Amino acid sequence: MKYMLLIYAASDQQASCTVADWIAYEKEMRDAGVLVSGHSLADLVTATTVQVGQDGRRTVTDGPFAETREVLGGYEVIDVPDLDAALGWAAKCPGSRDGGAVVVRPIAEFDF
Amino acid sequence: MNVEQVFREERGRLLATLVKRFGDLDLAEEVTSDAIEAALRHWPVDGVPDRPGAWLLTTARRKAVDRLRRDQVYAARLALLQVEVSRADAPVTGSLPDERLELFFTCAHPALPAEDRGALILRCLAGFTTPEVARAYLVPVATMQQRIVRAKKKIREARIPFRVPDADELPERLPGVLQAVYSIFTEGYAAQRVDLAGEAIRLARILRGLLPSEREVAGLLALMLLVHARRDARDELLEDQDRALWDSDMITEGSALAETALTGGHGPYGVQAAINALHDEAPDFASTDWPQIVALYEVLLRLTPSPVIALNRAAAIAMRDGAAAGLALLDELVDEPKLRDYHPYRAARADLLHRLGRGAEAAQAYREAIALAGTESEQDFLRRRLTAVEQQS
Repeated sequence: MKYMLLIYAASDQQASCTVADWIAYEKEMRDAGVLVSGHSLADLVTATTVQVGQDGRRTVTDGPFAETREVLGGYEVIDVPDLDAALGWAAKCPGSRDGGAVVVRPIAEFDF
Repeated sequence: MNVEQVFREERGRLLATLVKRFGDLDLAEEVTSDAIEAALRHWPVDGVPDRPGAWLLTTARRKAVDRLRRDQVYAARLALLQVEVSRADAPVTGSLPDERLELFFTCAHPALPAEDRGALILRCLAGFTTPEVARAYLVPVATMQQRIVRAKKKIREARIPFRVPDADELPERLPGVLQAVYSIFTEGYAAQRVDLAGEAIRLARILRGLLPSEREVAGLLALMLLVHARRDARDELLEDQDRALWDSDMITEGSALAETALTGGHGPYGVQAAINALHDEAPDFASTDWPQIVALYEVLLRLTPSPVIALNRAAAIAMRDGAAAGLALLDELVDEPKLRDYHPYRAARADLLHRLGRGAEAAQAYREAIALAGTESEQDFLRRRLTAVEQQS
C-alpha cells in the first residue's frame, strides 16, 4: 500500500538536521525497497497558483505565502504493508524533528 | 446468565479470529453476527456442539464465502487487501487461537481519535451493539453510529494493521490500550453507570490473561478493582463512607494484583493501585497510612507530572501534616490553567478552609465548585457540603 509522507518544516525553525541526514534517510528507504518517489520543494516564494474559473479563464497568482507556521517542504511516496510501517518511516524522517511535522496520507486506491 | 451474555465473550474471540483471517473488520463483524444468530437458532434444537468455538468459526467462514460469492465488488476489494479467502473453506482444527490482543491494539491505535478508542473496544471486544455503546457514552445512536463508521473507515482505508506491536514498540503502544480501557471505567463512574465499570474490569481481565507479564496491565486491573470495591459507599466522601459496604473480595484481589504490579518496577497504574490499596485496607480514614500515600503521590508525580496529581498530593499532605500545610500547597497551584475550571480543586480548598474554621471562605469555595461541577450528582453532593458549612458558621 502506498502512502505519501508530506513533510512540513516549521518556517521559523533553524533545522538541526543536515543534508547528510536527508541523504542517509533516502538511502535507507531505497535500500529497504520502500521508496517510490520523493522530492523536496523549492522555497515557497517561488510558488505560483493557477485557477480556472467557470468561464474557462485562467487566473495566475503569485504565492501562496505561508499563512501558517508550517510550510510543505517536500514529500516522499513509500510502498509499505500497513500504516504502522508508514508511521515508522515518518518517525525516521529528519523533517519530523525540531518542530517540523510529517503528515501520513494513504494514496487512494480505486478498483477499475 | 442468558445465552446472549454467554456469547458476549465468544463474540469478541470469534471476531478477532475472523478479522485476522479476512483483514476486514466489516466482513468479520457481519459474519460473526450471522454465526451467532445461527447458533441461537440451532443449538436449542440440536444441542450445543462439542466444540462451540470451532462450530461458530466454521459457520462464520461459510457465511463469509457465501457473502463474497454474492458480492463480487466486495470480493474484489478484499482481494485488493490480499486476503486469502480460500482459507475460509479450510476445516477448523485444534483449539481456537485467542487473537483478541491484536484487536485491542487496532481499536486503541494512536491514529484513531482518542474518544473513539473506548467505543471501538466496547463494540469489538465487549460485544456491545452500537445503541449500547451510544447509551454508555450518553450520545445519540446516530452520532455513535457515525463515529464508529468513520473509525472503521480509517482502519480499512489507511490500513491500520491487526497486529501486536513488536517488543520494542510495546512500551510506546501499551499505555494507549490501557488508557482506552481505563476511559471506559471512568466514563462509567462519572455518570454512575456501574455496569460500564464492571465491563472495563472484565476487559482488563482479558488483557491480563493475554499479557500476564506486563505489570501495568496488572496495575490497571488492580486500580479498577480497588476503586470499584467502594462502589456501594461512593455517594459519600471517602472519609464519611461506611467501610462495611466495601467489597472485601475485590479488595483482596486488587491488593494482591497491586503488589504484583509493583514488583520489579513501577508504572502509573500500579502506583495508583497501591494508593487505593492503602485506602481500602485502612480500618478508618484517620488511621490511613498517610505518609505512605504522600510518598506514592510523589512517585506518581515524577512518573506523570500533572496538576491534578499535585492536588491529590496536597490533600494527602493535609492529612499527614494538618490542613494548614495542605492549604498552603493548594494555594501554590492557584495559577495552574488545568485546575482553574476543575471543581475538585475548589472543593478540596473548601474542605481545608472549613477544617481551619474559615467558614465564609469555605462556603465561597463550595459555591465556585458547584458552578464548575459537570453532573447533577456532583452538584447535589457539593450543595449538601455547602449547607453543612453554612449551618455551622
